Amino acid sequence: MDRLGVVHAGAMHRALVEDTEARMGMHESRGSLRGLRVVVTGGTAGLGRALVTELSQRGAQVGLVARRRELVERVEREVPGVVGVVGDVGSKDDIHPIALQLTGRLGAVDVLIHNASSLGPVPLRPLADTDCEDLERALAVNVVGPFRLTKALLGALVGSASRGVGALVVSITSDAAVNAYGGWGAYGASKAALAHLSAIWEAELGKDGIHFVSIDPGDMDTELHALAIPDADRASLKRPETSATQIADRIATELHAHADRREENAS
Amino acid sequence: MIAATMPTQRPSDARLLVVDASGHVSHRARVELAEVLRPGDLVVANDAATIPASLSGRHDRSGRPIEIRLAARRSVDARDPSRFRAVLFGEGDFRTPTEQRPLPPEVRIGDHLTLGSLAATITALDHPRLVDVAFDGTAAHVWEGIAREGRPIQYAHVPTPLRLWDVWTPIAGPPVALEPPSAGFVLDFRTLGALHARGIAVHTLTHAAGLSSTGDPALDAMFPLDEPYEIPAATAVAIHRARREHRRVIAIGTTVVRALESSARAHGRVRPGPGLASLRIGPRTDLRVVDAIVSGTHERGTSHHALLSAFTDDATLARADEALEGARYRTHEFGDSCLVERRLAEIALAV
Repeated sequence: MDRLGVVHAGAMHRALVEDTEARMGMHESRGSLRGLRVVVTGGTAGLGRALVTELSQRGAQVGLVARRRELVERVEREVPGVVGVVGDVGSKDDIHPIALQLTGRLGAVDVLIHNASSLGPVPLRPLADTDCEDLERALAVNVVGPFRLTKALLGALVGSASRGVGALVVSITSDAAVNAYGGWGAYGASKAALAHLSAIWEAELGKDGIHFVSIDPGDMDTELHALAIPDADRASLKRPETSATQIADRIATELHAHADRREENAS
Repeated sequence: MIAATMPTQRPSDARLLVVDASGHVSHRARVELAEVLRPGDLVVANDAATIPASLSGRHDRSGRPIEIRLAARRSVDARDPSRFRAVLFGEGDFRTPTEQRPLPPEVRIGDHLTLGSLAATITALDHPRLVDVAFDGTAAHVWEGIAREGRPIQYAHVPTPLRLWDVWTPIAGPPVALEPPSAGFVLDFRTLGALHARGIAVHTLTHAAGLSSTGDPALDAMFPLDEPYEIPAATAVAIHRARREHRRVIAIGTTVVRALESSARAHGRVRPGPGLASLRIGPRTDLRVVDAIVSGTHERGTSHHALLSAFTDDATLARADEALEGARYRTHEFGDSCLVERRLAEIALAV
């Protein structure tokens, strides 16, 4: 009987899992993001584009921000339900109109992914040959823009944290932020600054339930990578879809971990 | 008082006039707000972000220039940006005081307005200048037009054009206010940290603050218009608990008073969820929830000033006005602040 009982329980469990997977879609059985409002900057190409698909498949409502209207509209057509906003995170004047459209159309923002990036001067060149304006542009897109957008959306994130949904800001960084690679000066220095800002935001606001993480997605087969290293062996590069899956897993893990901690604190 | 003419949300020298429950008036630095409040107090703030609600363009039938100021929303759900009540102005902009603005062209129901990339239709007329408008197009199109071409509503006392970052409070979230809930300018994250450290909880509600003034006495008499709000469950629970434990509820701004007192009046107690604030608060209002208000400084005769008379008696308010005048406090949305505690003299005498 015991043995039968155990088998029976196992079958019940399998049936439950299969039923749940059928109802929620296979993707949701691991790391569902159903109901979350997630913003991705630079969501029309490379990792950003892969993230839009991955997050949507996991049930998130996705807002994306990118500069080129025709690309934004194409992603809106390709991924039903996506909210596309045209704007340049590197431009001070664009930030509040972007934030207004995102919060207006999504109703709230729970997760913000700073993915839009500038390589700095292309082709890559040593710092001695880097124009100051190229460094300024890299800092504007990779550091100051994310800082401004975080500030403009902070009230929305505070709201998500206080509703118990959890609030998370993800900065996409690079190993060039840690290692000093020749030719990667503007990009590497700006990504190092982005990662450090993220860490300080976490130190300041993590205790209030608004969390900040930096994620290095690895070397991916993207347009950005082709601009930086045109003759790279593409077969050796990671697919952006793989990185997008890992990042979505990490987002789900972070939000669940913090929710568990909140429950422990409450009890 | 003198007008605050610079769009600085938190001048380092901002002051706080404290009118306590016994009617005593004192001067404090506004950065000391956390020390002025008491451990156990519950602070409630309005987290609405402000829509750039002034749009300029043309009245199609007459071809004449027109400015519309979005005056009230129908719901607190930000995702519907298509229908508003609005007030019409003729040629010109905020640099001309509202009472001196030329009248708008005469409009009829069904008239079309072209406002930059946006098109709108007049759907109702309550007054030659107070109308209902419906924007054409998808929510995405309307939000983009408002975001790119709208300007924050402003008045002639601030000469430089306001930008959205001038009017969004540090906690601004859902974009549903048409003028900023400016009492909330006081709440930077340093102050939020100081409140937390002193055992003072901060909760929010969302109240779609509407247009405050038109310069037309007949229209202004109809203000404030009904304003939608939403009270989160956590805020309602915190308020019930505070009241049960005889701790004070401190409202940051008149919009919070209006939302909480409207909800308590409609349901007997503050209830979570959406509602419509139609209550006008004045000297005869019996406050059921809010024990003190942090507000801007307001001149006698304004509806904001009238709201303060729900908290304290006329003689005390007159002394407060004298103190504001005598010490040359700055007024209007970027000015100094006051904290007015509900007068408890009668209770004190009875005990």
